Amino acid sequence: MENFEPKIVAFVCNWCTYAGADLTGTSRIKYAPNVKIIRFPCTGRIDFMILMKAFVNGADGIIVSGCHPNDCHYTSGNFHARRRWMVFRNLLDIMGVDLERITFSWVSAAEGAKWAEIVNSTVDKIKKLGPYENYKKLADSQQLKEVIHG
Amino acid sequence: MDNLIKKAKELLENNLVQVVIGYEKGNTQKSRPVFIFKAENADKLIYDESCHYNLASYITRQEMRHTGKMAVVANIHALKAMLVLANEHQFIEGNVIALAVDGSSDVTELKTFSEIEEYIASHPVELKEKEKVLLEKIKALSKEERWEFWQNELARCFKCYACRAACPMCYCHQCTVDCNKPQWITVAPHQLGNYEWQMMRAMHLAGRCVDCGACAEACPLDIPINMLTYYLSESIESNFGFKTGTSATKLYVLSDYKLEDKENFIR
Amino acid sequence: MKLLKKEALPILFEKINSAGKVIYAPVENHGQLVYQRVSAYDEVKKDYIQTVQSAKYVVFPKIEKLLDYQNSKDGTSLSEAVIDELPEIVLFGVRPCDAAGFDVLKAVFTWDFNDKFYIERAKKLTIIGLSCSKCDNECFCTSVGLNPGSTKGSDILLTKNNEGDYLAEIVTDKGQAMVSLCTDLFSDHKDDNKENYLTKVPVKFEKDAAIEKSTKSFENEQIWFDQAMRCLGCGACTYVCPTCSCFDIQDEGTSSKGIRYRCWDSCGLSQFTIHTSGHNPREEQSQRWRQRILHKYSYQPERLQVLGCVGCGRCSRSCPVDMNIAEHVETIAEIEL
Repeated sequence: MENFEPKIVAFVCNWCTYAGADLTGTSRIKYAPNVKIIRFPCTGRIDFMILMKAFVNGADGIIVSGCHPNDCHYTSGNFHARRRWMVFRNLLDIMGVDLERITFSWVSAAEGAKWAEIVNSTVDKIKKLGPYENYKKLADSQQLKEVIHG
Repeated sequence: MDNLIKKAKELLENNLVQVVIGYEKGNTQKSRPVFIFKAENADKLIYDESCHYNLASYITRQEMRHTGKMAVVANIHALKAMLVLANEHQFIEGNVIALAVDGSSDVTELKTFSEIEEYIASHPVELKEKEKVLLEKIKALSKEERWEFWQNELARCFKCYACRAACPMCYCHQCTVDCNKPQWITVAPHQLGNYEWQMMRAMHLAGRCVDCGACAEACPLDIPINMLTYYLSESIESNFGFKTGTSATKLYVLSDYKLEDKENFIR
Repeated sequence: MKLLKKEALPILFEKINSAGKVIYAPVENHGQLVYQRVSAYDEVKKDYIQTVQSAKYVVFPKIEKLLDYQNSKDGTSLSEAVIDELPEIVLFGVRPCDAAGFDVLKAVFTWDFNDKFYIERAKKLTIIGLSCSKCDNECFCTSVGLNPGSTKGSDILLTKNNEGDYLAEIVTDKGQAMVSLCTDLFSDHKDDNKENYLTKVPVKFEKDAAIEKSTKSFENEQIWFDQAMRCLGCGACTYVCPTCSCFDIQDEGTSSKGIRYRCWDSCGLSQFTIHTSGHNPREEQSQRWRQRILHKYSYQPERLQVLGCVGCGRCSRSCPVDMNIAEHVETIAEIEL
């Protein structure tokens, strides 16, 4: 699909990845514009359902990123997040969600280049995968276009 | 059975408990839960292969809060559930006496958390054959097939929440799905609503599910939702060495972390 | 009384399909019997007692859109859900208890307010009932004023005879309209006693006693407490019931656009009666259980002149903890006042 521009939503922590993304900008490193960044105080605060809300609202891929282990601004938020992601990822796997569309990363405030690389590679990957049709169809069921019969 | 009745009468006559929660002969079903408040009614108690409903779900019941001490006829799954409830401070040690039953005529009275832990350690339990087969079948499906499987199964769900009601671990006074500020999970029984509900339910039970299967049995539409929570139980044990329902004091797997937690997907 | 030969049934289905109507009949799905859309007679399950879910969703779906809304700087626009293009539906193989259940739904949805969603669907619905040659322990239609061959609610009632052919009673004008699609399939028949082909359903309790005693038992807290102890407070019984009709209305969407829908709700759920203040008049399951019984056996008879229970037994079959409604009502009917 040549003209397909994926919509990516990134859930990032304020202290590391958000600052890192800022550095990417101030360093004038070019990277794909497809990402909408949502800032959280810490990855530990990211609820698993909110990741799925991105898909429901039309995202084709998501990025979740925070401080490296041992560097969490709140000491252990990212450790809890890591465990939560391991469990949630397993659940998504058994439920048939496309895990290729979710990128997890640790990006520190000094890693402007890494952020660009994460975004660019994710956008490339999603471009190849195409729009997330399965989830779009699921989200469409909210419109109740057809009456459900049995 | 006679041991059970004897024990129940003893506990009630001596006022050691105010209620014995067990099984009685059913009407539509072979057996069903029963609440014995008076010793003379204890003759109703039975225990056989048809008794598998997880009675631990009644421990956190609204009405039980004012009742006082209780005794619960507990199979291995109910005992594990009790430990999870104990871990979450849902009852005070000694207020719920477990009458452990294992299919033989033995009834073991377990009063303290460590007594329950020991009993569980000496009575290993596995998934039923039927459940193992289905779980393996789903694990063998491709990603696309798994998606289709769950879309297909969850299409008929009408959000009766029997799964939630039957689960001993679901005791929140106001479930996430009942919250509307914000509305995390839609109330609606459309395809998305059903899918999100099961996803959320499985996550909220991750590391807490004792694999009793009460949810799938309670489901009036025979949707095999226990497969989701079983899969998580399995993967949590292999990832973190955490065995649900074996300790009243060990920190809950998602409240805990280890520096050495290893994953292979974070870049 | 007409006769419909067994060979005529597949042809009847074809005729109904060509008339542009849609047929729903019992089929096996995921190991359970449910009403689903079918195109040919051979898809229909033969020889069964009762389906797990009722057929009420054809007039009262588990979820339906009421309206769309859109907010813009010029204000809010609403567009109501389009319901005139609904297909004509023929329900085939509905048991007499289920057919009578549609009368209860009608009483509720046309009582003080004409629910146009229900009305439009009911207008387009034709019911071909099938009387019962078998019953199980959970059936109790004879205790609630019905019987295995009741024509109440059916437009045509079929009774299978010993040859495998069907006695056909054309009960209503709608039934007559259905017959006129294919009059050659329905032959005149000497009045056969259909009673010969019906099962016998033992009476479990006396209907009027049930109504009277339940009405007078509101304050008898002990009986409700005793009965409701094991009730989990889920909605399984409500949703499989052919006469339960409570629903929730919710808005879903963003601040710029969305929909309003209604979906099934259950009085057994703990938050059913919660007020905005946080107060819940039915905080304990015994209060909710009492409401369920009284709603069906006291309030509906008094206010709508219709008994809210048709004795199909689905609730008892689906309940995870064996709350057997006939057993409970029997206990109530035998109370000494």
